[in-house]
Amino acid sequence: MPLFYEKKQLVTPGDLIAEDNYIAGDNTYKDDGKIYASRVGLVDYEARKVHVVALKAFYVPYVGDTVIGKVIEVTTGGWIIDINAPYFAMLRASDVIDRPFKPQTSDLPSIFDVGDIIIAQIVAYDRTRDPLLSVREPGLGKTMRGQLVEITPTKIPRVIGRKGSMVSMIKRETGCQITIGQNGLILISGKTPENERLAVMALHKIEDESHTSGLTDRVTEMLRKKKEDVEHA
Amino acid sequence: MPKRKTKKKKLKMLQKKPEKLIDKDDVRLDGRKLNELRPVKIEVGVLGNADGSAYIEQGKNKILAAVYGPKEVHPRHLALPDRAVLRCRYHMAPFSVDERKSPAPSRRELELSKVIREALEPSIFVEYYPRTSIDIFIEVLQADGGTRCAGITTASLALADAGIPMRDLVVACAAGKVDGCLALDLMDVEDKLGEADVPLALMPNLNAITLLQMDGSLTIEEFEKAINLALEGCKQLYTLQKEALKLKYVTVKEDLEE
Repeated sequence: MPLFYEKKQLVTPGDLIAEDNYIAGDNTYKDDGKIYASRVGLVDYEARKVHVVALKAFYVPYVGDTVIGKVIEVTTGGWIIDINAPYFAMLRASDVIDRPFKPQTSDLPSIFDVGDIIIAQIVAYDRTRDPLLSVREPGLGKTMRGQLVEITPTKIPRVIGRKGSMVSMIKRETGCQITIGQNGLILISGKTPENERLAVMALHKIEDESHTSGLTDRVTEMLRKKKEDVEHA
Repeated sequence: MPKRKTKKKKLKMLQKKPEKLIDKDDVRLDGRKLNELRPVKIEVGVLGNADGSAYIEQGKNKILAAVYGPKEVHPRHLALPDRAVLRCRYHMAPFSVDERKSPAPSRRELELSKVIREALEPSIFVEYYPRTSIDIFIEVLQADGGTRCAGITTASLALADAGIPMRDLVVACAAGKVDGCLALDLMDVEDKLGEADVPLALMPNLNAITLLQMDGSLTIEEFEKAINLALEGCKQLYTLQKEALKLKYVTVKEDLEE
């Protein structure tokens, strides 16, 4: 059972990672008993399963994910929402309105209008049909304030950190509220624009250096230094 | 700036028909050996707005490639229920050649767009994302022969940069016959005045050819030799291509370790 790469080694599409008894995981494929990489990323394996942690990819909807999207169209029965994925998502009016939904009487644009930013959960998706959203949970629905940051969706786990260590650190250091969409959009709302700016800087640093270790400490250090600079100024 | 003027004159001189394309020591007009590639410079992720992008300089060729997608197909009726549609536009800038080229897509560009699309399609897992489209744009900023090959090499990198799942990278390189000798990576003069040109695209890890064309005439033996020569060129280019793709991430890591 030969394995041609060590953990955390960088591979490009087509690189032969392993042969024979291994199982092809994420971002790899198996052809004739050989496992190749299908995206640029870092090799990782657990027991016999080999996978590649992609360094850049787009968001693919997954049932249960919380996403942040933008309303792009109001239709007779609901809304069409851009969730930064290959497919547009649908949000049904009946999901939002408590009373039985009547297209004649309900004024949908007064609830969500084109351009509104919405936090929602994916409740149904397969590749034959567009993903379906729901806002029937606490914390979901229209957002009125804050700013959006877009990062590569594959780096979202890095932003969250182990057991949420990274986000909670950023929240603590900047005093901002942070909502993470699994689709790579992150909503930041803080008391001052200065706080928000710091949080945005931290997120971009994470995106640029996601494939290196000791990142949480470096980001903490950067945030503290910047805060001091501001206080002295 | 008198220096620049002389340089331009030299360029014009090359366009005039030279007596000999290859001198007796097997040295070509630009000083290369028969089995030598032009100097290559590749960069990945050069554009901010596209999902993926790459840039190549191969000799005097300068080519940009950009990729969007997978995304909803527009117009809707072009969508396929079982796979993504791949769309490709190869285009030469009006200033890419000696005399201004009309910016409207010519027959040649249309054909090359199709040929390039078909050379790249086997490398992409199109069946993963049905009802979507992947759009590739190849913009030739300066042309000096072999742009379809350099275009394929660049577009493949742009696809990988966009995070589209691929079976392998695609590399392309041409070989041909000039003044009776087989030569690698023909430039414009050699292509126009030479006897034959064989462009070839390869998926190096799978050892699969995705494009093979021939313009001109070769004997069967020469054709076989030309293919082997082009394959050699592809393999050399592949290492450069891979390096360029990795470089984007390796530099960040090195900067931090310093």
